[in-house]
Amino acid sequence: MSQSFDEISAQLKRRHRKSARLKWLSMGALGLAGLFLVIFFADMLGKGLPAFQQAQIRVEVTYSEQSQQLPLAAVNEDVRELVSRGWLRTLPMMMRDNPQLLGTSRQEWVLADGQVDQYLKGHYTRLDDDEKEIVDALAEQGRAELQFNTTFFSRGDSKMPELAGIMSAAMGTVMTLLVTLAVSFPIGVMTAVYLEEFAPDNRLTQIIEININNLAAIPSILFGLLGLAIFINFFGVPRSSPLVGGLTLALMTLPVIIIATRTALRSVPDNIRHAAFGVGCSRWQVVRDHVLPLALPGIMTGSIIGLAQAMGETAPLIIVGMVAFIPDISASVTDAATVLPAQIFTWAGEPDRAFVEKTAGGILVLLTILIAMNATAVVLRKKFERRW
Amino acid sequence: MMDMKVANLGAASMSMPAIGEPVTRNEEANHELSIRVRDLNLWYGQTQALQNINIDVYQKNVTALIGPSGCGKSTFLRCLNRMNDLIRGVRIEGLVEMDGRDVNEVRMDEVALRRRVGMVFQKPNPFPKSIYENIAYAPRMHDLVSRKADQDELVERALQDAGLWNEVKDKLHQPGTSLSGGQQQRLCIARAIAVQPDVILMDEPTSALDPISTATIEDLMDKLKKQFTIITVTHNMQQAARVADYTAFFHLGELIEYNDTKTMFSNPHTKKAEDYITGRYG
Repeated sequence: MSQSFDEISAQLKRRHRKSARLKWLSMGALGLAGLFLVIFFADMLGKGLPAFQQAQIRVEVTYSEQSQQLPLAAVNEDVRELVSRGWLRTLPMMMRDNPQLLGTSRQEWVLADGQVDQYLKGHYTRLDDDEKEIVDALAEQGRAELQFNTTFFSRGDSKMPELAGIMSAAMGTVMTLLVTLAVSFPIGVMTAVYLEEFAPDNRLTQIIEININNLAAIPSILFGLLGLAIFINFFGVPRSSPLVGGLTLALMTLPVIIIATRTALRSVPDNIRHAAFGVGCSRWQVVRDHVLPLALPGIMTGSIIGLAQAMGETAPLIIVGMVAFIPDISASVTDAATVLPAQIFTWAGEPDRAFVEKTAGGILVLLTILIAMNATAVVLRKKFERRW
Repeated sequence: MMDMKVANLGAASMSMPAIGEPVTRNEEANHELSIRVRDLNLWYGQTQALQNINIDVYQKNVTALIGPSGCGKSTFLRCLNRMNDLIRGVRIEGLVEMDGRDVNEVRMDEVALRRRVGMVFQKPNPFPKSIYENIAYAPRMHDLVSRKADQDELVERALQDAGLWNEVKDKLHQPGTSLSGGQQQRLCIARAIAVQPDVILMDEPTSALDPISTATIEDLMDKLKKQFTIITVTHNMQQAARVADYTAFFHLGELIEYNDTKTMFSNPHTKKAEDYITGRYG
């Protein structure tokens, strides 16, 4: 006897309840992931945004013979402890470069000491009560305030928090990534083209394929050891340089680019290849004129994501000496340099409270660049994706 | 006893064709040799897909290859421009001769061969480029044209020969994939004829098309055979009967019968061909 609708509905109720439960569970998982993200970003922004501001105080600066010998003499005794020592040390050099300053004195906004900065931001400070009073008085007169922190974006690392900046690390990252791109993109793409379009399907190419896939899963620190052994010890590439860092990261990025390129090539339909062979293209013409243009968006997306991954990498760079104190912005790929994640690592280990916000600020800069790179990948894919 | 004698007499009175020639000649057709195939065998790995194929294909005709699925007709077609080279594990023995040269010989460049033997595929596959570029690409690659004006003229001529010019002349720079299926297939035909080949291979060119587009392509084949040798694979026996001068029937990798199309469909010489044509299997 067949069942009535009511009977069937009664049985279905349990199934519907089950699917509703699963739906709520999966939505809950999504919500939780979103919540973590919000907490993470709120924390980073809360800690990092203050790093983009820096205390400045307006004081009388005297450019005299004496202050050329002893820079401390350039400012009044009462504010001497409140002005950045690092800034004071640059005074003799400035006076040498601008002799007309000698014998003058004027009111200037100058970089405040890191402790003043922390005090104005409401954090723990080592200033004593007298100094705090002076700062309060200056603030009331409008002679001590938080201004946009150009130092952070224009200078290299420093042991004095008010002078520490992210520029040397950013330049190091740019140069390292350029080396990585220049090495891994052509080699990776050509390897993938050979394996996908030219190579015979035999034991050897299968072994190569398996090994490339394994390579993508190797812990990155091993690539650092490889880079150390090959590039530094064997080829004598300068230690700590963007060149050696870039080459090491290129080793790590190669499998990512090869796999992405192969996937992109494989997604080009075979009838395009047949059409091209049918009109008498040679194999290379088929690849160059028809297959590669169609695969390019996928290749670019994969490469950018591979580079973004390389950019966030710290472990292999520790081994090749790129986690270092680099106060100067390196001028070439063979100079010692550091990179953004390594800079963050270094700052995170500083005992001074002021470096906490530097660390968070560095993370914000790194994340911004990473998000920008991934967004570029998405835009490129959307823009050049072709339907066929 | 008597019947057998008559049958024997009948067979004897018919002059036996030489190897590879059609059983009955189509007197209206051209009989200059285009492609001569002798003892062609082909294996996919261990499986033999073609067995001892012998056939003479004549110039400026339409030759149709028919037969049930998997009978080897498409495989045979791809032997003629060496598209089988692209498939791994294929082994070919025997002679495919064109213009006095074995197309499988070591010195034969498959690119040169495909320049003289063009191909149209089952599913229209224009390049994802403009209509103009679809046609102009191959002639430019083969250095047939250098000046822009020559190239424009060649594109126009190919599109006109393919009967597509009037429909696309105002949108030459739109993508080829924006056309309808039938138009795309004619674009592919135009692309094939743009390099002035001798032979055009068509692998079920209308199987993905609607009846009206199919009729257009059939008319086109009839027109094109004045300039080109056309070899077409088809599943559609009416189509073979309508367009072909000669028809070859394949079954399980063997060429069973090669005959004048009219004779093939009215009075097939072999039992297997008759059964297939009358719809007993297929």
